[in-house]
Amino acid sequence: MGLFSSRKTRVVDTDILVIGGGFGGCGAAYESRYWGRKLKVTVVEKANIERSGAVAHGLSAINCYMGMRWNENQPEDFVRYARGDLMGLVREDLIYDIARHVDGTVHLFEEWGLPIMTNPDTGHYLREGKWQVMIHGESYKPIIAEAARKSASEVHNRIMVTHLLMDATHPNRVAGAVGFNVRDGSFYVFRAKAVIVAAGGASHIFKPRSVGEGMGRTWYAPWSSASAYGLVLRAGAQMIQMENRIVLARFKDGYGPVGAWFLLLKALATNAYGERFEASMLEEMKSLVGKYAETTPLPTCLRNHAVLQEIKAGKGPIYMHTQDAIDTREKEEIGWEDFLDMTVGQAVVWASQNIDPKEKPSELITSEPYVMGSHATCSGAWASGPEDCAPADYQWGYNRMTTVEGLFGAGDTIGGSAHKFSSGSFTEGRIAGKAAVRYVMALAGNLPQAGEAQINTLREEIFKPLANHAIGKHEIVAGSVAPSYISPLHGLQRLEKIMDEYGGGISTQYMTSEPMLDRGLELLTMLKEDLDHIGAEGLHQLQRTWELKHRVWTSEAVLRHTLYRQETRWPGYYYRGDFPRLDDAAWHAFTASRYDAKTGEWLMSKLPVHHIIG
Amino acid sequence: MPTFTYMTRCDGCGQCVDICPSDIMHIDPVYRRSYNIEPNFCWECYSCVKACPQHAIDVRGYADFAPLGHSVRVLREEASGTISWKIRYRDGREKAFSFPIRTTPWGSIKPPFEYAAPDAAALNSPLLAHEPEMLKVDTLPTLRTAAEPA
Repeated sequence: MGLFSSRKTRVVDTDILVIGGGFGGCGAAYESRYWGRKLKVTVVEKANIERSGAVAHGLSAINCYMGMRWNENQPEDFVRYARGDLMGLVREDLIYDIARHVDGTVHLFEEWGLPIMTNPDTGHYLREGKWQVMIHGESYKPIIAEAARKSASEVHNRIMVTHLLMDATHPNRVAGAVGFNVRDGSFYVFRAKAVIVAAGGASHIFKPRSVGEGMGRTWYAPWSSASAYGLVLRAGAQMIQMENRIVLARFKDGYGPVGAWFLLLKALATNAYGERFEASMLEEMKSLVGKYAETTPLPTCLRNHAVLQEIKAGKGPIYMHTQDAIDTREKEEIGWEDFLDMTVGQAVVWASQNIDPKEKPSELITSEPYVMGSHATCSGAWASGPEDCAPADYQWGYNRMTTVEGLFGAGDTIGGSAHKFSSGSFTEGRIAGKAAVRYVMALAGNLPQAGEAQINTLREEIFKPLANHAIGKHEIVAGSVAPSYISPLHGLQRLEKIMDEYGGGISTQYMTSEPMLDRGLELLTMLKEDLDHIGAEGLHQLQRTWELKHRVWTSEAVLRHTLYRQETRWPGYYYRGDFPRLDDAAWHAFTASRYDAKTGEWLMSKLPVHHIIG
Repeated sequence: MPTFTYMTRCDGCGQCVDICPSDIMHIDPVYRRSYNIEPNFCWECYSCVKACPQHAIDVRGYADFAPLGHSVRVLREEASGTISWKIRYRDGREKAFSFPIRTTPWGSIKPPFEYAAPDAAALNSPLLAHEPEMLKVDTLPTLRTAAEPA
């Protein structure tokens, strides 16, 4: 081992390994302990589960709640809504499955102590919109983390998981995971019978609008480093809809949420001249996407499209007229809590720019793109569906198991099931947790073995960036410019530039095409080669290096899927200049890929979209 | 902003280091106090600000777009279950808000293994823990029943 031979190795044996302690992971821990009383359940998290994942900050609403007990909505209604929002392409079985269980999750949260607002007139939860309920959610994550800590046999905080381990004798079966401790640098080997990947989706693969200090204020958390995809796609799991990136129309710069303002407080958005513009664009939208432009409510991507067209026409800034919506102290408090619970940075923007929402409108803007599976978008792994609902070709094993045996997913990891948000991700974790218990119990003595050779190879690879820096720095006097290595931030900035300029980011107004994607892939291939030459100055940068690698691997999937789908399915998320219209005849299908780690090749295909809800 | 730490208030306890989701609050080796090592990876999530027992950590809005002179301060009190905010504008105006954060005592959540163990057959049903009772409807909906009435 040379330079770092004193490094400790810690081996953790477990029945079920949960990677990522956000909402999906906390749900998986709770449910797998409920059903697997005698099983060992281990949660591993790169930060501290008390405040980790996309909800670390807090939230001001739960965006997925049916209200079946008050007959407000049924699971079928939710499937229709999510399908409409994603322009027809979703896994209806998976969404139905979440919707039918999610009320139980929310009731459990309330029992645990989450303050959910109630409507004084009805006694029901206070609705923000049809699917959302308002909460006092500053401590949403600490409450859920308390439940997860009590459920798990062990929680390992500050361990960055870098790779999954595969079974030496069954190459398509998972055997655990490896990573390193961000604090003491020890090498971690988790040997597990089943693995549930509940890691985060991808911020910072496209260049953000703010590139100085403000690059940290992406809409989606900067620590959501695409591990949801980087881990599972490298293990050979089939991925779907990786082109289905999301763009958000939010308050400018702070990226504060708009849901409560639009839905609850009924604020209106106009162009700079006070004109409402969405309705007048309906005909133009129909020419692009046909009948999908008539969906109610108007799909998220098309609402973005309208904002974009208006800005391109020089009619920006777009304003949200908060000043017309706040006429009582109660409404003012709701408006402010919306930010203070989940996006304090927006309150900082208002205070710094002397914007009192009671007096002045606020600018809206479309964000840089993100890749996720839990919001109004559904990138992720192809997963086996619920036994009592999924069509035959959507099930081959246990619920939420990927195409790799023993490898389950939840939250951003699972593709095709948009609009999970916090409560749905936790619910999907519960579904995966129960299924993993069944899987482990059925394994009996047929246990996976990772094999020493694989583990030793990965150990070398994981710590190499430290050696790159320790050796390479002697070539130069001082500073950040060296001939033999680049820093993780250098690599990230190159990635963001490639994705932005060729993959449909903000600098081309989300436009891309086959020649642009080809050129992007060419440059990304060189970046992939350069990943062997990242120099990490210490363990923090080593974490950043592996986050970067997960982001780059994910980005390649994004570019390849975007290239494969020869249509513009979601105008407002991205545009294919060479195929500017939606093409249902050819593309009413999921795009699918499988990465072969041995050959480095990608196998692209289409998978059928079954409509099981009328 | 990014966060920063006031030199005279920090006692180097490391609570911010322990909680930061982005791993950017570190202890300075010379001063033995915390500081933000990577402001451009700070989400302004305030996790460290809320966790600091000395109230030593504050936020100065991202230099790219936040003019100086503002402040957003917070006091999170677990015992009383409230969070209080004080917002000062660049032009001196002030606003104050207070919200509840939890309705039950911290540490009071009942772990899943303290519930009666489910019977073995239930493991193969689509029911999750505490269902159907926790759904507050009679039965868990299923598509098979709808499509193939008994």
